[in-house]
Amino acid sequence: MFKRTTLEIKYKRAGWRFVAPAAVLIFILNFYPMIRAFFLSLQSGLGNNLHFAGLRNYVRLFQDDIFLSAFGNVLVYLVFQVPLMLFMALVLASILNDKKLRFKGLFRTLVFLPCATALVSSALIFKSLFSLDGLVNTLFISWGILSVPKNWLTDPFWAKVIIILTITWRWTGYNTVFFLAGLQNIDPCIYEAARIDGGSSVQSFFRITLPLLRPVILLTAIMSTNGTLQLFDEVKNITNGGPGNATITLSQYIYNLSFMYNPQFGYAAAVSYAILIMVALLSFIQMRVGDR
Amino acid sequence: MKLKKIRLVTVVEYTYLVLVCLLSVFPFYWMLTAATNKSSDVITGKLTVGMYLFGNIKSMLATVHIGRAFWNSLRTTVVGTVASIFVCSLAGYGFQVYRDKGKDTLMNILLLSMMIPFASIMVPLFKMFSTVHLLNTTAGFILPTVSTAFLIFFFRQNSMSFPLEAIQAARVDGLSEFGIYARIYVPIMSPTFAAAAIVTFMSSWNNYMWPLIVMQSQDMQTLPLLVTGLTAGYTTDYGLLMLSVCIMTLPTVILFFTQQKRFVEGVLGAVK
Repeated sequence: MFKRTTLEIKYKRAGWRFVAPAAVLIFILNFYPMIRAFFLSLQSGLGNNLHFAGLRNYVRLFQDDIFLSAFGNVLVYLVFQVPLMLFMALVLASILNDKKLRFKGLFRTLVFLPCATALVSSALIFKSLFSLDGLVNTLFISWGILSVPKNWLTDPFWAKVIIILTITWRWTGYNTVFFLAGLQNIDPCIYEAARIDGGSSVQSFFRITLPLLRPVILLTAIMSTNGTLQLFDEVKNITNGGPGNATITLSQYIYNLSFMYNPQFGYAAAVSYAILIMVALLSFIQMRVGDR
Repeated sequence: MKLKKIRLVTVVEYTYLVLVCLLSVFPFYWMLTAATNKSSDVITGKLTVGMYLFGNIKSMLATVHIGRAFWNSLRTTVVGTVASIFVCSLAGYGFQVYRDKGKDTLMNILLLSMMIPFASIMVPLFKMFSTVHLLNTTAGFILPTVSTAFLIFFFRQNSMSFPLEAIQAARVDGLSEFGIYARIYVPIMSPTFAAAAIVTFMSSWNNYMWPLIVMQSQDMQTLPLLVTGLTAGYTTDYGLLMLSVCIMTLPTVILFFTQQKRFVEGVLGAVK
């Protein structure tokens, strides 16, 4: 009896030793900076010359045109890009899940391929394709669609479209991976039964696939929202936030505030908390809607 | 009538699929052709493989330290991946094999860290790392991504299939607790380790935002930093740029083509 309890204690201790390094690292490198960011957000000043400012940074957010522009841009990316991408991925996954589909392996590989590229690579490729002397302009002029080359990336509307295009290109296959895995857990008999009852494939998509995949759709929606709120690599490298902050994101604004000019770490930390609150809020809303 | 309807759907399906695949592949194809053409030919819309690859290689070697950047990328990625897999697999193993109430609570707390956007902690992290002189070091590059709740959870979920009898038997044989992990768990779970290694390698290789902040010295520049610097000038040499993008992209693409199954497992992570 005595021996057994000492053994149990020994195993328990061993268990804590296994989890300790990872847990300590997460506490030091995730939770602690989060707390520090909060205290930082209550301070104001340039460089390391900071003084207590209370909630003034948070008030400033609402009067700051660049912040509001970044906030608006992120919402635009979120509202247009995420649903478009998830819908495309869902349709792709249902087609790829079809037992009768030929060349399935090849199609799957090609659909997944973009998610093996760096965000930076995809950004630079799309930037080059849409630049003033890029391929898109060359082709559009030779086809007679345009008469003079269009500067896509300095047009506030088209710059956003191209960023959305780049993100969609990079991440649609990634989401398809999740949907395909979710579909493979659905019993094919359900589709069979629907077909016998005379349902079309469009009907089974909306009546069977969508409801049964709800948990996976929720997961991908939360991941994509999270990713969009933190958008940085693409915007930094395609437009650098321009023209005139028309494409800037919250992450890039934090970067600019902290590392581009005279660092305003305190205010940057307040913007950080704005992102954190949005991530938490949107995930919460999505979970409530998704669980219904 | 019925037959015709089914066929129409099939035609639409294949058309959509082929279209998406073409759009998927085209940017890669363009990248490869541009890397083999002179910038002036790329601008005129040349879409076939050219003869200027060696010219681009020559101008690349003359203008940028591609070898140094490749080595920096490779070193930080390999060290980071090995460290990350080791720390997270230990924890995942610990959380599952020695499972109790306290550890489950801790796991749930750690999972909360997945909700913290990196951009939100970037500024304090930078200040912390600059205080302890970790800027421009390999350790500084890898530390923030060594321990991630995602990987810990991935290992914990996969450890559920690990037979507990094997542990009992090994204890009887006198193996230490760490010995059981190293000698029995690691070999049995090697597919899980491979899947985790592939996704970790890819994300570390492609990491851009943190290196941009922490690797400010030219000597420590990784590939993404070097490549993005090439478009900073007034005119862009597309041949040179796309050759560098190729060099950065090919390792992960090759990994993807050869290890697709493991890659998919790793992406799916703990969701099954």
